[in-house]
Amino acid sequence: MSLAPPRPARRRPFPLHIVVFLTPALLIYTAVMIYPILASLWLSLNQQTGPGASHFVGLGNYRKLLGTELYALPLWNALKNNLIFFVVHMLAQNPVGLLLAVLLSFKLRGSAIYRTILFMPTVLSVVIVGFAWKLILNPAWGVQRSLLEPLHLQALDLPWLGLPATALGTLSLISVWQNVGIPMLLFLAALVRIPEELYEAARLDGAGAWTVFRRIQLPLILPTVGIVSVLTFVGNFNAFDLVYAVQGALAGPNFASDILGTLFYRTFFGYQLQSGDANMGAAVAGVMLGVILVGLLIYLVAWQRRVTEVEF
Amino acid sequence: MRRTAVLPLPVPRKGPTSTSVLAHLALMLYCVLALFPIVMVIMNSFKDRLSIFSAPFALPTPSTFTLDGYRTLADAANFPLFFLNSLVVTLGSLALIVLVSSMAAFALSEYTFRFNTMLALYLSIGIMVPIRLGTVGILNLMVSLHLINTLWALILVYTAQGIPLAVFVLSSFMRGVPRDLKEAARIDGASEYRIYALILPLVRPALGAVTAISMIPIWNDLWFPLLLAPGEQTKTIVLGASAFLGQYVNDYNAVLAALTLAIVPIVALYVVFSRQLVSGITGGALK
Repeated sequence: MSLAPPRPARRRPFPLHIVVFLTPALLIYTAVMIYPILASLWLSLNQQTGPGASHFVGLGNYRKLLGTELYALPLWNALKNNLIFFVVHMLAQNPVGLLLAVLLSFKLRGSAIYRTILFMPTVLSVVIVGFAWKLILNPAWGVQRSLLEPLHLQALDLPWLGLPATALGTLSLISVWQNVGIPMLLFLAALVRIPEELYEAARLDGAGAWTVFRRIQLPLILPTVGIVSVLTFVGNFNAFDLVYAVQGALAGPNFASDILGTLFYRTFFGYQLQSGDANMGAAVAGVMLGVILVGLLIYLVAWQRRVTEVEF
Repeated sequence: MRRTAVLPLPVPRKGPTSTSVLAHLALMLYCVLALFPIVMVIMNSFKDRLSIFSAPFALPTPSTFTLDGYRTLADAANFPLFFLNSLVVTLGSLALIVLVSSMAAFALSEYTFRFNTMLALYLSIGIMVPIRLGTVGILNLMVSLHLINTLWALILVYTAQGIPLAVFVLSSFMRGVPRDLKEAARIDGASEYRIYALILPLVRPALGAVTAISMIPIWNDLWFPLLLAPGEQTKTIVLGASAFLGQYVNDYNAVLAALTLAIVPIVALYVVFSRQLVSGITGGALK
C-alpha cells in the first residue's frame, strides 16, 4: 500500500474487469442493433441522387410517403389492416388465453399435459403454421368440406384465404391460434401468484367461480393484462412472416392482407414493376418505429400509472 | 406439487364437480383444436396421394403408406444442409447470447459504478423495440463487412436480438445469489473473473430459461435468413422449407413431408425443454 496521501484531483480509474465484462455484450448490441436502427432512421432522411451519392432531404421521404398517392394509399391500407390484425388479437387471443389460464389454474388432473399441448402451436415456425392452415383451408384438399358437411354448414366451405373480404380476418385468426399460448402462460403465472388464502376466504363466503374471477382474479392480474396488450401490440405491428408465407410479398388478394411488415419489404426490395428504394423503405420502418413508440408511450403513461394507483 | 405439501390439512377432495367437468371438456376441446393441423400434416405426409384426398382423416395403413413425399424432398433440396445451417445458427447464437449476456448481467448486478443504471436502461431498449426496424441498416452493415450469405450474419443479428432480454433475466437472478459466498471467495483471493465463473452454475435455471426463450424465435425466423443469407449454401430450414413449399404447392406429398420435417424437430425439442421454457416465460412462477 502506498503511504502517499491520496491525490484529491484524480478520480479512481474505471475498474478494468467491469469493462471486460460489459464490452462484448455492449459491442454486439450497439453495432448490430442500435447502430443499424439509427442508421436506418438517418437513411430515411436522405434520398439517393445517383449511384453511391445521396443527400439530406429532411422529412421529404415522410412527406412523400404520406402525401403522394403512390405511397400514401398502400401505407394507409397497411396501417388499417394492421390495426384490424391487432384488434382481432385483442378480442380473440387475449380473452381466450385468459379463459384457458383460468381453467388451468383450477389445478385439474392433467393440467401440465393440457398446458404442454396448448402451448405447442406457439413453438412452431410461423411459416410452417401458415402453410399447414393454408392447406387445410384450401377447398382443393377438402378437409374443410368434410368437417362442415356433417354439420350441414356447406355454405361455409369458402376459400377463406382467397376472398378479399375474409383473407385478413382468417390470417389474424391463424395467428391467434398460434400465439394464444403466450397470454395463456403469462396470465397463468399471474394467477398462481395469488395467495391461496384469498380463495379460501372467498369460498367461505360462498362465492362462485364467476365471483372469484370477477372480484379476486381479474383485479390481481390487471398488470399482466397491460403487459400482454403491449406485447401483442409490438408483435402485431412488427409481423411479417405469416402474411408473407401464406399470401406472398404482394399480400393478396389485391393487398387485402397487406400489413406494415409486408409493405416495408416491398418498398425496400421492390416488386413487379416498381423498383426497390432503400430510403423509402427506411421511411416505412421509421413509421413503424413511430407507431410502436406511441403504443409503448400510451402503455407507460396511461395504463401503468392507473394500475399502480389501483394497487396502492 | 410443493403447494399441496405446504397445506396444513388435506383438503377434502369432493367428487368431480360440474365446474371441473366443464373445465376438462373445454380444455380437451381446445387441445383438439391446437393439435388438429399438426396431426393432419404429419399423418397425411405418410399416405399416398389418393388417400390424402379421399380420406384425409384416416391413419396411414400398410396399403396407403408411402414415403414418396420424403423422396421428392431428398431429390429436390438439400434439407440435411438446411437443417445443419439452422442448428449452427441457433446453437452459435445461443452460446454467444449466454456468454456475453451473463458477463454483462454479472457486471450490472454485482458492481455499483457510474453509468450502471444508464447502461441497464440502454440495454432494455432492445426488449421493446424490434430489431427488424433496423433491417436496412443491418443489411448495409453486413454488406460492408462482407458477411452477406454467411451464417455469421445471422448469428450476429440473433445475438444482438437476444442480449437485452437475456441480460434483464440473468441480472435479476444474479442479484439473488447470496453475498457471503462471493465475499468468502474474495477473501480467499479469487479474482473477479473467478467469481463470475463461480456464480454461473448457481444461476443454471436462469441460463436454461434464457436458452429456451431465445431459441424459438431464432430457429423459426424467416425475415433475416430471407434478407441476409438466401444463398443455397446458407439457407436455414425455415427458409428452405418456405422456398420448397412455394415451388411444390401442388405436390401434396412433398409439401406435407416438408412441413413434417420442419415440425418434428422443434416439437421434440419443445417437449424436452418445456419446463425451462415455461419457467423462463413466466419468470419462474410456473414449473
